[in-house]
Amino acid sequence: MADIKKIATRESYGNALVEIGKENPDIVVLDADLAAATKTGVFKKAFPERHIDCGIAECNMAGVAAGLSLAGKIPFMSSFAMFAAGRAFEQVRNSIGYPHLNVKIGATHAGITVGEDGASHQCNEDIALMRTIPGMVVMCPADDVEAKAAVRAAVAYEGPVYIRFGRAAVPVINDRPDYKFEIGKGTVVREGTDVTIVATGICVDSALGAAEMLEKDGISAEVINICTIKPLDEEIIINSAKKTGKVVTAEEHSVIGGLGSAVCDALCKSHPTPVCKIGMQDVFGESGSAAALVEKYKLDAKGVYEQVKTFLA
Amino acid sequence: MTNLELQKMANEVRKGIVTGVHAAKAGHPGGSLSAADIYTYLYFEEMNIDPKDPGKGDRDRFVLSKGHTAPGLYSTLANRGYFPVEDLVTLRKLGSYLQGHPCMQHVPGVDMSSGSLGQGISVACGMALGAKMSGADYRVYTLLGDGEIEEGQVWEASMFAGHRKLDNLCVIVDNNGLQIDGRIEDVCSPYPIDKKFEAFNFHVIDLDDAHDFDKIRAAFKEARETKGMPTAIIAHSLKGKGVSFMEGNVDWHGKAPNDEEYAVAMADLEKIAQQLA
Repeated sequence: MADIKKIATRESYGNALVEIGKENPDIVVLDADLAAATKTGVFKKAFPERHIDCGIAECNMAGVAAGLSLAGKIPFMSSFAMFAAGRAFEQVRNSIGYPHLNVKIGATHAGITVGEDGASHQCNEDIALMRTIPGMVVMCPADDVEAKAAVRAAVAYEGPVYIRFGRAAVPVINDRPDYKFEIGKGTVVREGTDVTIVATGICVDSALGAAEMLEKDGISAEVINICTIKPLDEEIIINSAKKTGKVVTAEEHSVIGGLGSAVCDALCKSHPTPVCKIGMQDVFGESGSAAALVEKYKLDAKGVYEQVKTFLA
Repeated sequence: MTNLELQKMANEVRKGIVTGVHAAKAGHPGGSLSAADIYTYLYFEEMNIDPKDPGKGDRDRFVLSKGHTAPGLYSTLANRGYFPVEDLVTLRKLGSYLQGHPCMQHVPGVDMSSGSLGQGISVACGMALGAKMSGADYRVYTLLGDGEIEEGQVWEASMFAGHRKLDNLCVIVDNNGLQIDGRIEDVCSPYPIDKKFEAFNFHVIDLDDAHDFDKIRAAFKEARETKGMPTAIIAHSLKGKGVSFMEGNVDWHGKAPNDEEYAVAMADLEKIAQQLA
C-alpha cells in the first residue's frame, strides 16, 4: 500500500484557495497568525493583497470577515478549529450565523490528529458547536479530493459554511474519474448488508479498512462517507439502515453532538435503529503522534473493526 | 439642515424612542436618548444614504455596535423615511420586524445585525477594509457604548483598525458614563478612553457636548478630513437626555416608562418642541 498518496486536508485547503483565487477576485483569506499552519500561506504568497492577517485575535477576525462579506467579498476565515469554532463561537453565531452572511470558515487542526500539541489544541467539539447554528453548513472532508471539492462548493454556495480540515497527512481515497461532490450528499463508498458504518473525515479511511477486516470474518459492512454533516443526507443513511439494521458512526470528534448525534437524530424520527457511536468518548485528548493517538482512541481501522465486532456480538 | 432643524428632528427621534419603549413595555431608553443627537446628525446630515434605496452600493454604512439602543436607531430610520413612524409601537412584539436588537434582514436601513456587545466594531472594520480593497469611497460609522468598550474585542478591533490605517472608519463612543450596574468608573473603569484609542493609533476627537450640533458637526467634519488613521469620537453625553426623570439616572438604562411616566416624558419633549418652535 506504499503507493497510496497521503496529503493533509489543510494542504488541500490552501491549494484550493489559490486555485479558486485565480478565478474569483472576490475571494479573500483571513488568518490569525497561523498562515503557515493553516496552509493559507500559499494564498498569501499568490495574492498578498487579498490575504488579511488579523493577528492573534480570532473574535475580531470573525467580525472582520462578516464586514468583508457585506462589502461584497467572499471571506475565508482561517484558524485552528479550537479557535475558529471554540473561541470565536459567539462571534460566529451572532455576527455571521444570525445575519446569514456569506462567510466561509476554514478550520484546520481539528480533532486529535493535531498530535503533539495536546488536548488544549485538539478540538473535538467543533462539529457539535457549528451544527447548532441555524443555517450553518458543516463539512468535514475525508481527503485531498474531497477537501478541494468542498472549498469549491462553499464558494458556489451563498451563506455561512464551516469546513473542518486536519493537520495530519491522510490517504487520498476519492481520486476516481466519476467522483462528484455536492453539499448535503453522502456517498456509499462500499456496499454491504450486515452493518452500516457512517464515517466522516479521517474515519472514512478507517471505516474502509475496518470493512476489509470484517469481510474476512464474514461480515459485510456498508461504508457511507458523510462529508456534509449539516444538512445531513438522511436518505442515504436511512436506506442503508433499513438494509443492514445496524449502524455504526465513526468520527474524530466527541460522540456528543457530532456525526453520531446527527445520525441518531435522523434515524430516531423515521427508522429507529441501534447505533454504536465511535469517536472521542467524552474525554480530552493528549500529546502524542497522530498515529499513536488514533490507535489509542480506536479511530484507526483496527479500532473501528474491534468496536464494530463488539457492537455486533 | 440647520442646527434648529436638527434639534427639532432629534426631539422627534426622542419622542419615537419613548413611544416605542413604552409600547414594548421593555427596552433601553437611556442610551437611545443620549445618542439621539448623534443618530440624527448621522442620518440627516452626515451620511450618504437614501431611504428610497436602502441598499445602494455607494452608501455610507452604519453599524450599531451598542445594539440595545435599537429604539434610537429605529426612531431615526423611521423619521428619515425608511419605514412608517407608526410602526415604532410594534417594537419587541411578536411578529414585528423591529426586534429587540437590530436584525438587518428585516429592517430597511439596518446595515448589520447587532446586539452582542463588542462585535459591531469588528464588522465595521471589515466593511471599511472591504471598501478600501474595492476602491470604494464610502465611509463606515459605528456607535459604541462606554460600557461596551469593556469588551476585549473592542480593543482587538481597534488594534486592527489602527494597524490597517482605516481612515474611512469613524468610531463613536457614547460616553454617557452609566452602564446597567452603575457608573462606568465604579463598575470597571474604561477611562482614560481617549488615551486608549490614541494608543491604538486612532485620531481622537473629544466631543465635549454630544447634544450641541455645532460641536457634533465640527467633530464629524474633522473625522472626515482625517487621513491615514481611523477616528474615534468620544461623545460626552447625558444618559436619558430630554426626559427629566431619566436624565443621568442609571435606572433608565433598560426599563420602560409606565403610562404615567410616559405622559410626563412626552410632556417634557413637547415642551422642548415648543421652545424650538
